[in-house]
Amino acid sequence: MNLSFHIVVCAGIVPDPLQTLEPVIGDSGPALKNEMLLPAVLDPWAAHALYEAAHLARGHAGSKVWLVSLSPRAKLQQVMMTVAQKAPFELVALDGPAGGFTDSAEVAGALAAAIEAIPGLDRSRLLLFGGWESAARGAGTTLAMVGERLGIFDQFQGVDELRVEPDGSLRILERVEGGRHQISRCAGPPAVLGWATGSLAEPPNQPQLGMQNMRTILPALQRAQSVALPAAELRFVRVALPSQQRQTRIVRDVAAEEVAREIVDWIRG
Amino acid sequence: MTRPGSRAARPALRTLPGDDVRQIMWRYAERYDLQMLVQAARSVARGLVARLVAEGARHTHEWTEAKARMLEAFDEAGLTAVYIDPAYGGYIEGPKNLALALVAFELAWVDAGAATASLATALALAPIHERGTEEQKQRYMSLAVPAPGRPPWRGAFCLTEPIPYVGVETGLLSGKARVAEWPEDGEPILEVTKRGRFITNMGFANFVTAAVDSGDERIQGSCMVILEESDPGIFDRGTPARKLVHQLSSTADPVFALRVPASRIVGGYTVRDGVLVPNYDHAEIIEAVFRRTRVTVGLMTAAKLLSAVEPLIRYHRERFRGGEAVAPGTPRYELGLQQREDVLHRLVDIWATGEAAASLGFAAARLFDELDPLERQKDAILASRGVRGGLAAFKALRNSQKDALELIALEAAPEDRRNQARLEELSSDPLVRFLMLDAVANVLCPAAKLWNTGHGANMMREAVSLMGGYGITEDCPGFLGYKWMDAQLEATYEGPEAVQRRQLSVTMTNEIFLAQFRAWITEMRRIASRRPGTGACALASAMSLWLWTLEHLEKARDADGVKLFQGSRHGVVFPLADALAWLVAVRAQILDLVELAEKGPQNPAVAEGLEGLLAFFTDLAHAHVVRAASEVGRICATLVFGYNRHPAWDDPSAPACYREEELASIEGLIPGIAAYATESEALRADGSHPAKAGPCVRFEGLEDFTRLRAKLDGCLTGGQLAKDRAARALTQVMIPAALDYPA
Ligand SMILES: Cc1cc2nc3c(=O)[nH]c(=O)nc-3n(C[C@H](O)[C@H](O)[C@H](O)COP(=O)(O)OP(=O)(O)OC[C@H]3O[C@@H](n4cnc5c(N)ncnc54)[C@H](O)[C@@H]3O)c2cc1C
Repeated sequence: MNLSFHIVVCAGIVPDPLQTLEPVIGDSGPALKNEMLLPAVLDPWAAHALYEAAHLARGHAGSKVWLVSLSPRAKLQQVMMTVAQKAPFELVALDGPAGGFTDSAEVAGALAAAIEAIPGLDRSRLLLFGGWESAARGAGTTLAMVGERLGIFDQFQGVDELRVEPDGSLRILERVEGGRHQISRCAGPPAVLGWATGSLAEPPNQPQLGMQNMRTILPALQRAQSVALPAAELRFVRVALPSQQRQTRIVRDVAAEEVAREIVDWIRG
Repeated sequence: MTRPGSRAARPALRTLPGDDVRQIMWRYAERYDLQMLVQAARSVARGLVARLVAEGARHTHEWTEAKARMLEAFDEAGLTAVYIDPAYGGYIEGPKNLALALVAFELAWVDAGAATASLATALALAPIHERGTEEQKQRYMSLAVPAPGRPPWRGAFCLTEPIPYVGVETGLLSGKARVAEWPEDGEPILEVTKRGRFITNMGFANFVTAAVDSGDERIQGSCMVILEESDPGIFDRGTPARKLVHQLSSTADPVFALRVPASRIVGGYTVRDGVLVPNYDHAEIIEAVFRRTRVTVGLMTAAKLLSAVEPLIRYHRERFRGGEAVAPGTPRYELGLQQREDVLHRLVDIWATGEAAASLGFAAARLFDELDPLERQKDAILASRGVRGGLAAFKALRNSQKDALELIALEAAPEDRRNQARLEELSSDPLVRFLMLDAVANVLCPAAKLWNTGHGANMMREAVSLMGGYGITEDCPGFLGYKWMDAQLEATYEGPEAVQRRQLSVTMTNEIFLAQFRAWITEMRRIASRRPGTGACALASAMSLWLWTLEHLEKARDADGVKLFQGSRHGVVFPLADALAWLVAVRAQILDLVELAEKGPQNPAVAEGLEGLLAFFTDLAHAHVVRAASEVGRICATLVFGYNRHPAWDDPSAPACYREEELASIEGLIPGIAAYATESEALRADGSHPAKAGPCVRFEGLEDFTRLRAKLDGCLTGGQLAKDRAARALTQVMIPAALDYPA
């Protein structure tokens, strides 16, 4: 039985979370102040998906990982200087706007079209990975729509664990309320997995691996099709900061329980 | 149109410059290998290293497990293998000066001891890399590469010896090599004795490259030898130095008494008349080594200065927030201490120093990347002509020196009036190219080490003081207090300031350097005509003044008739070297700004904020040029006038002493002179004189100087306006919500 997978990870980029993120109304609608100038990172949820994908591929010979990203090319290139060091993958780049104020249906359309066009992709072995939501929009809608458009109806969201059983079926843990997991079993690919954090640590940087990846990443960046998201249907009625504002504080010498207690107090207000 | 210097609104500085901006300025936008290396180094620096510092790992002199973990993190992140050529297991092709410079910069952004720890094996390998035999390279380079399941070998470079031996004076070697055995038809075995002082990596080094002198008639002169920890004899790591700085690196005073085969002599040896003759003496090797590694040291201080900008802005801006009487929206809440001009102006000075230091350091690193292959080509060409050794090589290059000067003149000539074919012929001559770059490298390297670390350390004190009491606590955001102290080591190891000044005082008089320096003056004027606000014109004027002063001092004598320009007259040559360092530093700053202006628009992520960023960098450069020009003006004037004797009232030969009656008689010829001169110059009939030291100094023979100096003073015009604008930009720039490493 061939237990190898073709794993496609959809990942956008978002401003580095330590930056000052200030919503403003620009010429073309709402935006984050200076977003194009802020250092970006791979969307953290999707980044977990990438690490899980690489891990899965490593354990199943013959598997392959693609990373599909719709984002401004110049920014994506910067992000690749880190991400390319983390795991082996092939990049499919689309040059277009990223961020929380694009229309997720349009984004999903562009991503699905790009995935359909990947040469040699075996759809019967396809696992579509991504974040269960994005750090930019937080709506949790994009990946589900990409799956729909590709005709993949076994969808799992908030995934923390994927185990491939000896018979090739997939055992999947999805987050449910109360810090608990729902365990599902799925016959096998194709399936959509929207990852929460998973359980893998961020891999260390390995420039050597990065340089290998760069051989395919650079041409992919150069080839990146430019994608317009006209968002004709999209209208923002109101844009406001969440009522819970972020307060970043960097601490040391504080026990984990103490940190947890402080966060709980803060959430309670 | 907005006049330069007017208060009209200019595009604002929106964010602090990010990687994409730096890649353009420091010219690695096309080097993805280096961009990845930067990210790898950064993640270790702002992750593990920052945590170690925050946890207090600096508070021990001993080598600890926590510090050792840092080396493992370097191995994992590819930092240990940066220095190694792919042929021996490394992964970066070609020369690696810029690569190492970037690693040093990233690590020192958080802690320079980590940078020292990461680079010390590269320093130990450098003698082997520069002059080692193929077998030596193969063995030690390969062993130094981390491989699965085998910890890499780490090395130490051992030159400095306990008092009264080697320090600044590197010739005072007490370490000795003697022939212990010399089997017939076999390799001699050497007995090497050496004590070291302040040797980095010594707590764990597996091998050591040590400088020793001959202690035996059968060995000629000094050499460097490679010692291994398992060699028979004493390999005593010694006690750790009780350092106040760079505590994440290991430093100790080792003792060696070991038997090693003569094949460990770096670069090999020959046997002549029963005497073992090393192919390279220790002086030649350390010169080749230090001229490269000193650049990375200079970049450590540059990183600290630039790393201080964000914590300082945050501290100042948020200083009064949270107080009951300070409501959001009020200037006190929004700007805090940034309402105060002094705070802003001093931060402008710190930032400008960091910019120039980084620009100079990276320019020097890139130059060595260009020079390395040319140097090997030169060696090969000379070897093919049968030329060996320093003096012979010097003679052999004499013709090429003329060609180099011709090429520099051709390059400076207008395109339509020069012999293009000759220009191309000369530019493709590797010996000519080598001489040109070598002459500049011999200035940029000591200048970067000297100015970045010396002046940089002073400016780190400024940064600390702008943080108030926090600056001198362990809790200071960005570890500024540690960084200040650390900068003093960067100013000391690998040759303190005196060493750099000594080198500059020789290399700055090289004709090939000076010819290029003249071309730089023209280059700065041209830049100024395209970009008037940069201060490039004022810099050109300062360069002209410096050049005039150098040429004058080379001929001049002091009041006692003693020649002024001599290596031993530090009071003359050292300040002149300092002035040159200022000039090349701000020149590098301007060149990087021009590069950003030209290439920035091609990158959409840079283009968006480019106008504001360029406006800020332009003002920053201008304000900094004015600072540099003031230094240069001060130094030059001090030297030009300071060695002449002041005219005295009782000096009969003093031409200025004339009597009031004489003045009255020439009043008819020059109306008004009596009124002016009586006050200051004339002796009265009763022999008394005005209440001052003597008649004013005349400028005979120095008119050109006073003209150039007055012109330079005029060139300072607008510098403070630029500083005001740069200061305003600091109040507007958006900074991250929090520092990206714990402190
Ligand atoms: C933490 C640390 C790590 C180090 N790591 C290493 C290492 O790995 N390997 C190694 O070999 N060494 C190492 N060193 C030694 C370092 O390179 C020397 O300390 C340095 O070169 C200065 O030598 P010194 O301390 O003997 O100063 P000295 O020679 O005593 O000089 C003291 C001062 O006197 C003045 N001076 C001396 N000579 C002259 C002169 N000719 N002209 C003008 N002024 C002069 C200068 O102002 C100088 O700064 C390290 C030092 C430290 C502190």
